[in-house]
Amino acid sequence: MMDCREATELMSRARDEKLTLGQRIGLRLHTLICAGCRRTGEQFELIGQLVRGKPQKQKNNSKTL
Amino acid sequence: MPETPSHQSASKPDPTALLDNEELSALREPMLAFATAKLGDRSKAEDCVQDALLGALQSAKNFRRQSTLKTWVFAILRNKIADALRLQQRFAEAEAIVDGSEAAESFSGLFDDSGHWHDDTLPQPWATPDKTLESSELGTIVDQCVELLPAQHAEVFLMREVLELDTDSILKATGLSQSNLNVCLYRARMRLRECLSIRWFNAGEESTT
Repeated sequence: MMDCREATELMSRARDEKLTLGQRIGLRLHTLICAGCRRTGEQFELIGQLVRGKPQKQKNNSKTL
Repeated sequence: MPETPSHQSASKPDPTALLDNEELSALREPMLAFATAKLGDRSKAEDCVQDALLGALQSAKNFRRQSTLKTWVFAILRNKIADALRLQQRFAEAEAIVDGSEAAESFSGLFDDSGHWHDDTLPQPWATPDKTLESSELGTIVDQCVELLPAQHAEVFLMREVLELDTDSILKATGLSQSNLNVCLYRARMRLRECLSIRWFNAGEESTT
């Protein structure tokens, strides 16, 4: 099972290039059980929106990231 | 050949176009002051500022906020100044200006020996009602957090996330290796996540009721 350091690195990479199938599966399994890494991935996305100066409205069913 | 071929102007922007871009020309003086202070040489400073402004010209329209544009242009300028310092063999000063202090950083404080979050570094949810995201104060904090990044990290992060360049284009433009680019982008995102948590999204969670 990949650790959090590797998972956060892969979540960063996933924003820049396509991961391999194995990496995507490993990441999915890790984020299923790790809330910290799941939040990190969501926050990476929000950071991108913030620097572009156009945050998207959050979905109604997720009040928090 | 008296006329400049048109394809040349595409690869090297016309310097007079700078005069038409108010946002960029407003940054010229502060940039010149900064570069002169670092280089101690007005004409070398002029060269760096000119290079940085020309480099920024084509992409300036992609920045919606003047403050983020300023952060971007200054990140380019810091890299140009570092190049000039290295040419003069002033390596320590060059490292200081692009902030080499992160060289050994591997976020070892964030993760334990087995590579998992510590209890007190585990990322917390960001409370994000729409109102919070539209605050102009948040925009200022985002820019301040980007400014705290090493120049190289700030430059490639903004290339990727704001200019939305693909990694091949960034590799060509910067001369970085693929793995260096991955590391720069990872560190930039991790630093920004931490900075925004502390300064905004999770600020005061423990001190206020």
